[in-house]
Amino acid sequence: MTLAEAPLVLMLVGLAAYAVLGGADFGAAFWQLGARGERGAQLREHAYRAMGPVWEANHVWLVFVLVICWTAYPEAFASIFSTLTVPLFVAVLGIVLRGTAYAVHAGTAREIERRAVDGVFSISSILTPFALGTAVGAIASGRVPVGNARGDLVTSWLNPTSLAVGVLAVATGTYLAAVYLAGDGARAGRGDLAVAFRRRALGAGVSTGAIALFALVIVRLDGGRVGERLLEWPALAAVAVSAVAGLVTLERVRRSRFESARYYSSAAVASIVVGWALAQRPELLPNLTVDEAAAGRPTMIATVVGIAVGAAILVPSLALLFGLVLRGRFDAADAEEEPTHEQRRSGERFRTWALALGAGVIGFGLTLVFDGGLGLAVGVVALLGFVAFGAVALVGEIAKADVAGTTEQPP
Amino acid sequence: MNCLLLAAAPFAPVDQDYLFEARQMQALSFAVHIPIVCFGIAFPAFVLLLEGLWLRTGDPLYRTIAKRWSKVMLALFAVGVVTGTILSFELGLLWPNFMATFGEVFGLGFTLEAFSFFLEAIFIAIYVYGWDRLSPRGHFLSGIPVVVAGFMGSLMVITVNAWMNNPSGFTFEGGRVSDVRPIDALFGNDYLWHELVHMYVAGFIVAGFLTAAVYAFGWLRGRRGRYERVALVVPLTIAALAAPVQIVVGDWAARSVAREQPTKLAAFEGLYETEAGAPVHLGGWYDGDEIRYGIPLPRLLSLLSFHDPSARVEGLEEAPTDERPPVNVVRIAFQTMVGIGFVLAGISAFYVFVWLRRKRLPRSTWFYRAVVAAGPLSVVALIAGWVTTEVGRQPWVVYGQMRTEEAVTGASGVPVGYASLVLVYAGLLSAIVWILRRLARAPVEIQPGPSGVAPLAAGAARPDAEDPR
Repeated sequence: MTLAEAPLVLMLVGLAAYAVLGGADFGAAFWQLGARGERGAQLREHAYRAMGPVWEANHVWLVFVLVICWTAYPEAFASIFSTLTVPLFVAVLGIVLRGTAYAVHAGTAREIERRAVDGVFSISSILTPFALGTAVGAIASGRVPVGNARGDLVTSWLNPTSLAVGVLAVATGTYLAAVYLAGDGARAGRGDLAVAFRRRALGAGVSTGAIALFALVIVRLDGGRVGERLLEWPALAAVAVSAVAGLVTLERVRRSRFESARYYSSAAVASIVVGWALAQRPELLPNLTVDEAAAGRPTMIATVVGIAVGAAILVPSLALLFGLVLRGRFDAADAEEEPTHEQRRSGERFRTWALALGAGVIGFGLTLVFDGGLGLAVGVVALLGFVAFGAVALVGEIAKADVAGTTEQPP
Repeated sequence: MNCLLLAAAPFAPVDQDYLFEARQMQALSFAVHIPIVCFGIAFPAFVLLLEGLWLRTGDPLYRTIAKRWSKVMLALFAVGVVTGTILSFELGLLWPNFMATFGEVFGLGFTLEAFSFFLEAIFIAIYVYGWDRLSPRGHFLSGIPVVVAGFMGSLMVITVNAWMNNPSGFTFEGGRVSDVRPIDALFGNDYLWHELVHMYVAGFIVAGFLTAAVYAFGWLRGRRGRYERVALVVPLTIAALAAPVQIVVGDWAARSVAREQPTKLAAFEGLYETEAGAPVHLGGWYDGDEIRYGIPLPRLLSLLSFHDPSARVEGLEEAPTDERPPVNVVRIAFQTMVGIGFVLAGISAFYVFVWLRRKRLPRSTWFYRAVVAAGPLSVVALIAGWVTTEVGRQPWVVYGQMRTEEAVTGASGVPVGYASLVLVYAGLLSAIVWILRRLARAPVEIQPGPSGVAPLAAGAARPDAEDPR
């Protein structure tokens, strides 16, 4: 791996994570589609609940991929976005509708509202991965030339490979979601939901496998260079891994071993991304190799270092979140100790006031006088300190006066 | 990089009939996103302050407000995720030449921003889903990364905007950049700090006054219980302290603009001729070489720009005609921002004064009416401020280096995209208003905290629906 390829590898990690985690979110919404009646309501609630804590984080992966792309391979990014304007715009509108529906679903009270919001949510959850899949198909089949909107606005993404990848993107999501939701159901002690999603996982697993095989044939016939190389070493190895992992998942799900099925199904989907990358290497776009597309050396180094530092914070945080979710810490309330309340001594309160006042005098003074340098920096920090200390002091005082009871009674 | 000559052509300027629509589309997306950003910056701090008060005093009221607000925080964050995603897509969809040419110079800022975005998403989830499930102290601590990530996110995004206004850290020749120094470009920029602080403080002002406006409105309608009073006092106090600070920060920003972007500063005032002891005109209209019907305040522009009443200020005449921004748009936006800023500072001063003198909240209904108005006004000031700096940068996308029309996409169909975006945003905004009203209507249940036995009443269960039970 060269320096020119390092950010690309990180992008692919992000893309695989998005295909798996984001895909499962999209897929969960698919299962809500057409779920009716009392039982349907349970399925819907289960899907929302499973998505809840991880929804936002799962979707940041897409932004992560984009920002690396435009930093490290700016011309490739610009070519892709200007030629694939239609599917990418549709995808982003889908993302907005989906996010909005998700944000408001908790507020729905009447059946008709719930139906409308769930409908928007499900449809946008199908549209978005499909549109993103067509864009991937366009890149894979070499239909995005280098330049500002140089490719065909329509046929670049409306072609056999794009459609096949689009359908595959939707299918993998529904398959992952069914496996995950079966596992979440079992963990939450909801055997009925586990059984319901086990059945769906088996069905979706078989059909996604069939769709993947079909897509492979289409890409082989229509996909040009990538189509040929997908069935050669080394891409073939990734394809084989995907197929085996898919079969193992089916076996695990059949035996209701959902926790390990979770990881096998993820591997099956992530391997597809790896296979694509290996088949496409070393060209990012036609006549643009990764080396040629790469930004200058200082940018590449800064990007890789920046991501490494970021990852040092991100990975433990993600582990914390997924650990809490997968261990079921968010499922049921635990008993806990009473918080220890320290009554503030008046000396301490006085100190906060003094700090606020001092920071205010220094802040207003220095910021007005200095045009730059240390004096200004101290002034600005002091101004922010003034707001922070002042807020703590003043709010504390007002709240205290309030408890002392001067006006109305609590409701 | 042996394709320099080959690749120079693909991103040559194109003819785009709908440049104006493309700009409007970007501006619209931005105007929708930025007020939500303010909540991302400031709301976690409000919630944490309340939770901290609960930890201090044990009074369950604070916890109840913090918990209810944290749900609003999560809903707004979800909306912020998607409106932010639109902006990042649009950079490629609308401005491919800008991205292809300069992506490697400023892209690092967004790469780092992605991480703060990630951390915010992770810890906001832990915080909101962690009520009743983490220890009180652990729960409070899980909220701190949200506040820090809000600041880091602002920092990283502003590095890019500051760079667009005051670009450095590269050499630009024949449409290609070379000698790129991304760290210098983003962090070695004088412009970064005033823009960052100005925006960060604005986040507290906007989120503070908007939240306070909701409860001030309730106050006028007779909802004056303790819950409402605390919910009014917390955001209002923070905004009231931030508003006067913003005036000083704004003064700092204006001095920096005077130094680095003299043409933009001239557009703030509509100053055509370079002069010493330049005045400021309040109101009026710029008609090509002077201000008509404005109220002149002698020497004020020199005083504000350089803290010297007789300083020489460069006029618009110094820049070629095709390098001047649309003066009236910039000027009116600037005066709107400054005017509202002083109104907000006035309301704040009155509030703090009454409390310090009388140890109580103001009683006049006019005060509460003013706070209700301050909410939307602060949003107007926020957007006017961004219009000032972004339209003031025109006709450049990268100041002095690349013109906006050189950056635009060659794809057709921009008006179709614009129209569909307007429709989607209309839906989005009505959905936000609807959900906030719903969340606000849920009955208030004061919970005595984790150790107390207080199952939610059935009627109050709806806002908890996303909670795993």
